Formats: sequence, C-alpha cells, structure tokens
Amino acid sequence: MPGLGASFGRGGATTYLQDLSNADCILIQGSNMAEAHPVGFQWVVEAQRRGATVIHVDPRFTRTSALADLHVPIRAGTDIAFLGGLINHVLSNDLDFREYVAAYTNAANVISPHFQDTEDLDGLFSGFDPDTGHYDPVSWHYEPPENPTEDEKARMKEMEEDESEGSKDKQSHQAAHSEAHGSGGAPVSWKGLRDETLQHPNCVYQILKRHYRRYTPEMVERVCGITPQQFLQVAEALTSNSGRERTSAICYAVGWTHHSVGAQMIRTAAILQSLLGNIGRPGGGIMALRGHASIQGSTDIPTLFNILPGYIPMPHADQHQSLDEWVGDDEGKAGFWGNIRPYAVSLLKSYWGDAATPENDFCFDYLPRLTGDHSSYTTVKAMIEGRCKGYFLVGENPAVGSANGKMQRLGLANLDWLVVRDMQMIESATFWQDGPEIETGELATDDIGTEIFFLPAASHIEKAGSFTQTQRMLQWRDQALRPPADCRSELWFYVELGNRIRAKLAGSDDERDRPLLDLAWDYPYDDSAEPDSEQVLREINGTGPGDKALSAYTELKADGSTACGCWIYCGVYADEVNQARRRTPHWEQDQVAAEWGWVWPANRRILYNRASADPEGKPWSERKRYLWWDPDEGKWTGPDVPDFVPDREPGHVPESGAKGPDAIGGSDPFVMQTDGKAWLFAPLGVADGPLPTHYEPPESPVSNALYAQQKNPGRRILEQAANPINPTGSEVFPFVFTSYRLTEHHTAGGMSRTLPYLSELQPEPFCEVSPRLARERGLEHGGWATVVTARSAIEVRVLVSDRIRSLRLGDRWVEQVGLPYHWGGNGLTTGDSQNDLVNIQMDPNVYIQDKVGTCDIRPGRRPRGPALTSYVEEYRRRAGIAAQEAPDTEATSEEEN
Amino acid sequence: MALTSRIGDWSLLRQLRGRDSLGRGEAARSERSRTLRPRTVGADRVVDSICPYCAVGCAQKVYVKDERVVQIEGSPASPISRGRLCPKGSASKQLVTSPTRVTRVRYRRPHGSEWEDLDLDTAMDMIADRVIRTRREFWEWESEGRRTRRTLGIASLGGATLDNEENYLMKKLYTAMGAISIENQARI
Amino acid sequence: MGRLWGRLDDPTSDAGYDQHPPRMGFFTDTSVCIGCKACEVACKEWNEIPDDGYVLTGMSYDNTQELGADTWRHVAFVEKPVDVSVSSPVDLGMPGSGPPGTGGDPASDESGSDGVRWLMSSDVCKHCTHAACLDVCPTGSLFRTEYGTVVVQTDICNGCGYCVPACPYGVIDLREDDGRAFKCTLCYDRLKEGQTPACAQACPTESIQFGELDELRERADRRLEELHGKGVDAARLYGRDPEDGVGGDGAFFLLLDEPEVYGLPPDPVVTTRDIGSIWRSVGAAAATVAALGIAACAGRGRR
Repeated sequence: MPGLGASFGRGGATTYLQDLSNADCILIQGSNMAEAHPVGFQWVVEAQRRGATVIHVDPRFTRTSALADLHVPIRAGTDIAFLGGLINHVLSNDLDFREYVAAYTNAANVISPHFQDTEDLDGLFSGFDPDTGHYDPVSWHYEPPENPTEDEKARMKEMEEDESEGSKDKQSHQAAHSEAHGSGGAPVSWKGLRDETLQHPNCVYQILKRHYRRYTPEMVERVCGITPQQFLQVAEALTSNSGRERTSAICYAVGWTHHSVGAQMIRTAAILQSLLGNIGRPGGGIMALRGHASIQGSTDIPTLFNILPGYIPMPHADQHQSLDEWVGDDEGKAGFWGNIRPYAVSLLKSYWGDAATPENDFCFDYLPRLTGDHSSYTTVKAMIEGRCKGYFLVGENPAVGSANGKMQRLGLANLDWLVVRDMQMIESATFWQDGPEIETGELATDDIGTEIFFLPAASHIEKAGSFTQTQRMLQWRDQALRPPADCRSELWFYVELGNRIRAKLAGSDDERDRPLLDLAWDYPYDDSAEPDSEQVLREINGTGPGDKALSAYTELKADGSTACGCWIYCGVYADEVNQARRRTPHWEQDQVAAEWGWVWPANRRILYNRASADPEGKPWSERKRYLWWDPDEGKWTGPDVPDFVPDREPGHVPESGAKGPDAIGGSDPFVMQTDGKAWLFAPLGVADGPLPTHYEPPESPVSNALYAQQKNPGRRILEQAANPINPTGSEVFPFVFTSYRLTEHHTAGGMSRTLPYLSELQPEPFCEVSPRLARERGLEHGGWATVVTARSAIEVRVLVSDRIRSLRLGDRWVEQVGLPYHWGGNGLTTGDSQNDLVNIQMDPNVYIQDKVGTCDIRPGRRPRGPALTSYVEEYRRRAGIAAQEAPDTEATSEEEN
Repeated sequence: MALTSRIGDWSLLRQLRGRDSLGRGEAARSERSRTLRPRTVGADRVVDSICPYCAVGCAQKVYVKDERVVQIEGSPASPISRGRLCPKGSASKQLVTSPTRVTRVRYRRPHGSEWEDLDLDTAMDMIADRVIRTRREFWEWESEGRRTRRTLGIASLGGATLDNEENYLMKKLYTAMGAISIENQARI
Repeated sequence: MGRLWGRLDDPTSDAGYDQHPPRMGFFTDTSVCIGCKACEVACKEWNEIPDDGYVLTGMSYDNTQELGADTWRHVAFVEKPVDVSVSSPVDLGMPGSGPPGTGGDPASDESGSDGVRWLMSSDVCKHCTHAACLDVCPTGSLFRTEYGTVVVQTDICNGCGYCVPACPYGVIDLREDDGRAFKCTLCYDRLKEGQTPACAQACPTESIQFGELDELRERADRRLEELHGKGVDAARLYGRDPEDGVGGDGAFFLLLDEPEVYGLPPDPVVTTRDIGSIWRSVGAAAATVAALGIAACAGRGRR
C-alpha cells in the first residue's frame, strides 16, 4: 500500500477496528464496509450510537449507505476530485489543524525551484518522459538545509549531476520500488529547508494550496456528480469533527485500490487526514479494509514480485549487484528504515543459513534480480506470448477473479504445466473443459497442451498457522482436524516440493543450483504429518545470537549473528512464546486489548501515536488523550505501545549528522520516514506524482474537466490483442460500470458459490441500474440484460433500483451499471463472469487495474457460441477500435493521453 | 425401560397430574425435549481458529466430535469480533464439510479431454521434475548485460488466504529457484 | 391457568412449570440491521436446515422470500422512495432516516430516482404469549418450553398441518419431502446450556438481541426514546405490548415504518381467540391421543 507507505512510512492501516468507535465522524469511501466487512462494521455502529456522524460516499446506495447518516452518490473513479475538493475547502477556509500540520507534516518544507505543478503543465508534473511514461522525481526534492553536513553536501552534488544528466537508471527502478515503502518511507536526502511560517511560495503548504485551488464545489459537481450542497455537508461534518477535541476516521477498501490512480486516491485521504490532524490519534486514522484473511500478511511476507519479507525491495539488475548497493539507497537515512542493513542481512541468514557469510555478501548474489515489471498481468501476457510456461495457482481463481478473464484463460491455455491448489474444482482448473472460449470456439480442448495437476488443499481448520488481518494483527489458528485424503496444507506442499527438488539436484555442481542446495530448508513434520508451522513462525520472528528467539527488530545485527525471516514480525515469538496465539478475552483488558494476538510493529495498535500528543508531549485534549510524555519517568506512556523511541524527550533535537533512529527528533512522530513527518507532498516514492491529481479512468464517458491530460500519464498499459480499450466519450459504450462484492459471496466464488447456505442468498449474477437507464434501454426488472465492452459481453439479470442514481455532471447525465463479480461456470449457482468485461490498465505503483470502465447495456440474453465473438467484434468496429487480428501491434486505442 | 417410567413419560398422564391442564407446556414435553442438549456440549475438543474469509479476522471456535466438525461459531472473547460472524463466517462448517470438496488429486494430461486419477506422491514427483525442467529451459543469467540470475518461465499466483508461514516458505523457495513472477491477490 | 388470550404475564407458569427460568426472547432492532443475513446462515448451520432453493426473486436483495420450514430467520429488504421535498436535506439524524443522497437536488425527479431508504429487518417466529399454533396442535408436538418459548417437537409432530393456518404471522410451515412442521426454536437446545441462540450470537451489529424478555422490553423502550429524541418519529415497537392480540411477542421488533411495509400484519390476533369453548379439554386430549397412532403413521413422509 504505497499510498499509506509513502505518506506515513508504513503501508498498513494506521489504526485498529475497535478504535473506530472513538471517532466523532467516519467517512467511508471506496468501501462498502457493512457488506464487505460486516463484523468490522459493528464498530461504526458503535460510534454512531455514541453520536458520531457516518458518511458514505459511493456510486451506489448500499447496505452501508442504508445505515449511514448521509449517502453521497459519486461517479465511480472520481474520488480524487472529491477529496481534492475537501482539501481545497480546508485550505482555503483555514480549517486545518495548524499546530499539528506545522509540527508533524512536511507542510513547511521548501521544494526545489525546478518543480512544476500540474497547474503549470496542464496535468503533468515536471520530470515526465512521454516515451517511457515514467517520471524522474529529481525536481520534486526538498531544498537542502541551510547548513548542510558533509554527507548532505555529497548528496547535493549527486543530485546536481542527476538533474543535469537525467537519472534514467533511477527512474526505471522507481516504479517497482514504490511498494517497498510498506514499512519504511522513501529515502529523501535530507530533512531539508523548512519555513515554519508556511509562507514561502515554494513550501509544500503553498504548493498544495495552488494545486487544489481549482477543486471547487462547482468542479466537484462537474466531475463527480455531487451537488455543492452535498459536498458542503461532508466538508462541514469532517472539519467540525476534527481538531484538538474531536477526531474523524476514514475507511477505504478496494473501491480505492482498484483504480489506475489507486495509490493516489489513498494519498489524497492521507493528505486530508494529515491536514485535519487525524493521524496517530484515537478515533482518527485511515482504516484500510483488506478483503482477505491474510492479504495484509501476504504483503508483509509477500508473495509479490517486487518485495521481500518486511518490504525489503527485491534487488534490481540496474543498481543492485552487491549487498552494499542493495541496501545503499536507504541505509543510514534518518528513522528506523535507515537500519535496513541488519534487516536485509538477517533475512539472507534465514534463507541461506550457514552458507551466508560476510565474505560472500551473505549470499546476496543468490537473489534473482528484477529488470522491470514482473507483476501478475504482465506475466499473463508473457504466458500468452509463450515466455512463461509453468504456473502455480494457490487458492486463486484468476479465470473469474482477475481482470480480463479472457486474457487469463488464454494464458492458462498456453502453459506447459499448471498446478492448481484449491478446495473446490474452480474455473481456472476447468477452462479447458467448459470455459467461455470453448463455447465460442476460440479454444478447443484437444488443442490445449496444458498439463494440469489439481491438488486438493487443506482448509483453515485443518492446519495451524497465522493470518495477519486488516489492522496488522497476527492471529494464530490451531489445527482442529487432519486434512482428509490427499488434502494438504500449502506448507506441506512447499516443504515437500523443496525437498524433492533439492533431492533431485543433490550433487549438482551447476552454479545456478547453489541457491536451492544451500537453502536452509529443514522443516520437520509434526504428529499430523504436516510441517511444524510454529517452527516456521519462529524462523520468521528471528533468532540469534545462538538459537535464542529475538524479541524486537532493534536486536537485529548486520554481522550475520542474527537470522530473521521478516524483520517487522520480529517479536511475534518473543520469549519463545507464540504471541500470535494469545487469547486473553476482551473483558479482561482495556479497549486496546494488547494481550490478544500480536500486531506489527512491536504490538502497536495505533501507529504514529506520538502525534496524539502536542509537540511538548501533552495530550492535544483530555478527550483525545492516548500517549503522552511522563517527565518524571522520562518516558512516553499511555495504553498502547509508544510508536516512538520510548525515552526520547519531546524537545529533543538530533545532533548534526545523526543517522538511523538517532536522527529522529522529539517531535517527529513518523519514525519510519527519513524526515519524521507525514508527507503532504511526496518528494519521492510515488511513481505518478508528488500530489494526487484527478485523471479520468482509462475508460470514461467524459473528458477530464480539470486538465488536458485525460488519463494518469504514468499508468501502465498492457498492450495485448485481448485487452482493447474503449475510447473516451464513445457513444458505443456510453455508460460507466463498476464492479463489487456482495456480503453473501467471497471474491471469485470458490468459497461461496459452492455452499448452499450462501448460494441461496444470492443465487445469480445481476446488474443494478437506475430507473432512468432502464427506461432508456428498455431493461425490465427481473429480466435479462447483456453488458458489452471491447473485451467481451456477458448476460446478467436486471435489478432496477432507486438505489442506483443517475448523476448529473454539469449539463449531462451519466448512468452507472453496478455489477457484482462472484460468478463463473462452476459451483451451485453459475453465471457469466463480470471480470470478462474489465480492462487492464494499471496503477504504476502497484500494478493494479481499474475496476471501472465503460460499457453498453441491452435488454435480453447474449448471443451464444461463435456469434458472441462476432457480436463483440461488431461493437469494436463501431467504436473504431483496431481489429483484434494483430497480437503484436498496438491494439489499444490511445487516441488521447 | 420400566413400564412405570414409560407411563410417567406419557404426556396425558402428566397433563392430568400436573398444572398444565391444557397439555401445552411441561406436560407436553417429550423425552427428547427434556434431555436435549446443544451438540457442542458433547464435543471432544474445542479449537481456537480464525475465520478464513475477509480480513476483519473474527475469532472462531471449532467443535470437533469423533474427528468430525460439529459446529463452528464466533468466539465471544475476541476484542475485534466479540463472537460475531457474517454470513460467510457463519457458513464455515459448510465450507470445510462441503460434499463437493475435491479431496483426491486430479490430473489432466496435455491435450486430454478428461480428468484422471493420480496418486499424490507421483504428482509431487512430476511437479518437481517440471519445475527443474522449466527452470533450466528458461534460465537467464543476464539480461542486456546485467546479471539477473533468474527464470521468468515459472510464475505463481496466490497467497491472500494462506498463512504467513506458507507465504514465507513460498517466497523463500521461489526466490531460491530464481523465480520472480510471484504474485498474490493483493495485486488483483 | 390455561388462558388463550388477553394479558398474561407469565405464560410459562400458565403452561404448568412450577420452577422455571425467566421468559427468554429476542428484541430485533431493525434500525441497526445491515441486512447481512448472518442470522439466516448461523441459524441454518446450527439447526442443520436444508437450503431453500436458488431463486433470484428480484425482491431487492431478498432471495429467501419468507419464513418457512427451511428459513427460520428471514431478512426482509424494503426499498422505499423518500419524498425529498418533505425531508430536511441536512438531517444527519439516524440510520436510514435521512434522505440518502440528493440533499434536495432540484433535478432529482428528472433522474428518475429521488432519495431512497433501504429498510432491512430480520424476521423470526414471534414466540407469542398466546400461540395459536400451539393451541391447535393436536399431538402435543408444539409446546411451551420452560423459557416461555414455543417449540415444535419433531419427534412428535405428525405433519397434520393444523398449526400452519393458525399462525397469525404465517411463520410455521411444513417441510416438503419430510412433512413435519418446522420453525424457530429460539435454539432451545442452546438455551439449556445458557448459550445465546445462533442468530443473536452471529449478528454483527446487535440488531438481534437475546435475553430475558422483561429486560429486553426495557432496553427497547430506552432505544425507542433515544430514536424519538433524535427525531426519528417513525420508529415504533412491534410485538412489545402485552395487551395486543397475541398477548405480546416473545420476539419483538423496533421498526422504522408501518409493519405492513415489512410484510408484518399490523394487528395480529391469536387465531384461537374466538373459539367459544376450550375444545381441547381433557377428554378431547384423550381422543387425540387415541388418534395419534394413526395420524403419526399417515402423517410422516407426506407431501
């Protein structure tokens, strides 16, 4: 989550669910919390009972809206315009929490005179390279301090060279690197020049003001379809419930992350919350609501291409050919991330054990290197093009759950081998039998050479292990039963696969096999014939010197005497106890409930909680008291673990040239950031600009009302024949569609469409349309409709509802079609997959596509068989989209930027 | 059963004897109703778990009797969920006991038109062979003169409902293989 | 003793229990219902109820349609237009009470959609003080438990079906391919161990509250007062009044609109109220028992 990572230093929810009950106002946007996180929503209801105002901003009136005090319908994908409007409202009416902003954010920092804003360049920032679509962030930097140290002088020199010669190498790494700020901010060169009066024309505060000044209520109406009255209601509720005495929280989910500007949507919320003084305080914060049991865990301990455990970046071939080069970008910078070397060395020790020595750079060279984007969608393209031949699907069903289902299935059909591990026979395992392309004749079973191994998986109760939930909490599950028949845990599968590969390669003198043969891979099986998962958790926690379990990441060493599989999880096995297994009932604890599970980092519930006190260390108000400085004891105290150096005085000024944690000042609450501040302006770390800017989704019915630049200039385009894009403003595809979940189902449906009790509750795919659209297109409630994009056409049942509102954008109407995405061909209830409609153009920070697009909708069922292909082809022809027959030429229609 | 107790069971008799003259309450209560207990009481063990669906992380209690799950419900002790579950979490027992759950290895040979049986041990061996083969075939020491030490021939997608321990070993093994196209639901 | 209608403060004693626990019940506060249907699923998981078929009804998000033999908790979804002109656009009052969206957009009528409310309510057997289903049951299958709840004893039910038309709420029903009558038991088995019924335990927002009926009534009165204080004038209690046609419900509700809007009868009356004499006298009961053997054989497996 680089949106949060780049803003605050860690890519995780800044608060915990129970704390929502302390909020005075909750803005839920980009999330349908009551439907997607019903049990978490109890804390919103709790807040409401205590008098909080709950606002839901969403394209549809959902079950969340039904309980909210105010629902504001918005055109899907325009959240930055709305939030930018709120920022403008705050700044132009002096409604920011000025003491907080001045002390704890980078509002005072002066930015390079070379910086040019989107206001200057009509939608682009300085540093954009139109050939590559990448930004060079060198002109976004903080002005150097008045009295630079020797170190800083050296960096100034480097920067001057960069500016004159360009820094191509750095740019190429920039995008892949931005996700590495999950637990460590981007490394700026210095804390930089500040103007505490916030008057300097090039200070962040003034830049921010200029950047958003055209985001007026009238502009919000024109872009989002939100009336000025509605806008002001939200603005009033948020600002009157923020400040010393009151706090407001923001909750979001994939309604923000699934956009080509997803990271920037979250950044906009981060800026707003920082201006209102709502970060690090009870009842405040940004609650990232994640959709899967361990989706936070699977980024902390990633199965992601560009990071290693603890958000340590994967080395990049351009810059990282040694350990020194690898850690050099971040090492020694102020804050805890400046200690990256011990974290990285300890990871290498846990990977390669005794083979990792100081002499061989701790086996650094065993790490494969990146050269660019190796993300999921790019890999699918490689499959279609025959460059990737073996695929493991582990609890994933991309044939239904990933964007552009056809591309997914074409990729699966072109593999040598595919391993599918699941509990049910999912569509990604049966595409060769009965997939949509078999029906249309685009694929034939006999022609598909993919060898498929379906291995049945153990369920969550048949294995012991930990999930990390949405507020960074690890919770341990004990094993209740042995898995049946051939069912096994993933732990078993990978231990076994590793054992077999290593046995088959034993004795090899091939250098490329060394990383496998030298791997520390000794995982004993427990009584149930499964590997002992607690031992793996202990390895993740870290040990040493000797074999002692470590208690905190501050104990990690760079000399190879400690090993640690994920430095941010260090402490989860402190004192040789599985802390994630703690189960002290809540009625025996306070609300923070520190004795239930274990939260990274260091069991802290509210991050950056130093900011809950004023610069002198006193609570901003009694009502919002959380952490404060106890001068008698000489330490920070409160109900939570301080997210700060425990004994650092509020007024502490670091010595000149101090490094790492020593460089954190007494009023620098954002301890992972090199400057200790919340970033209103991101001088580094966000691939598509230092400030969030409204761009239209890749497919939009309208032109960008704010700039000539129509779409995110930094977005990643996936050129592939099966991924054509609807032109902007196309009369052939006049409507907006947006996709979402229902309470009764789970993502691609493998865990819900297969169960009678859930299937009966929502038995068929449907669309939701407004009465106006129904009239316009002759759609009948309960009848069938065909929804078409340049990718495909699907049929769904129609629900006509007042809950879907026609939006007026200035002088025109926009209609939105709602489409839940849970269905496919298998299971107890079946239907067309909504994801077959979705295009792939990606956010450059996280390579996530836009869940919003344009479409046509017509009454009746879709054509069957080959007629479907020609039906969609006809739509493409009418829309002027290039023919599909040329896979290697540009199939995307980039008629505008 | 003795005759007297059987007569004592007979509701009419109880109705005549007792205060429930209309036979609508105590007198009507059957033996089963009188001895009824929740099936969780007879569980052999109660195991602490966490719901596998969304990321709220609701605590569950899994009741096991005779090596079968008899009930999964919310654990009131959790400070996050306080014993509550959504419809998906409430359907957890059905999830793990589903009759359509696949419990045996299925194999589809290249160009095949049917699933075939395959034993797990053979399947694991075949997969290990294929990893080794594809890794060799698509090995890349360098790209445009830069050392890369990797393979782009093998990819993986999955992880968001897996345990941290599983994700950890996945990334560790894949990294040692040199496979870098390793992704999960967090990106989808 | 043995009253069939009118105010009755202790139906449990009335049903012959000397020593009995307090009357237990549900208070369903629909103002915080999020329509998640956890209650439906938790009920089915605990009581091992079959699915109710896979039919998209088009009735908003309600696809189980009504209470029946295979649905003992049922969440109703009511989409109701709000007349924007009569609602204050800045009302930030209570859940579902304000105009969602428009804030008085003058063009909203053009859009074909004014503001909308989405009412959700989890319905359940009312466990009436005077339960007609119980009164007409000839086999003694339906009975009042020591908790004051009304339960079908499936080991006795012969599927005669008298109870079905007797229920003023249309709750109880016969299960196809089984023939016997089924409905909510208020988790009779769980109550015996002091456990909360499955639906109330699962309910994420405490819309379904379980407890001693007297205490629930007080709680409901306080909640109603609170809502009225916030200007939610439409809030009302349903089934709370011990003087109503069924002597008050063991499972009662806080509604945000007329009962009919939720598909509830506005003024339910126990259907046995007008029976002139107590037909099921001791003699009648004896006759019933005599018929029981025949009925049991004939009844099982019917339908």
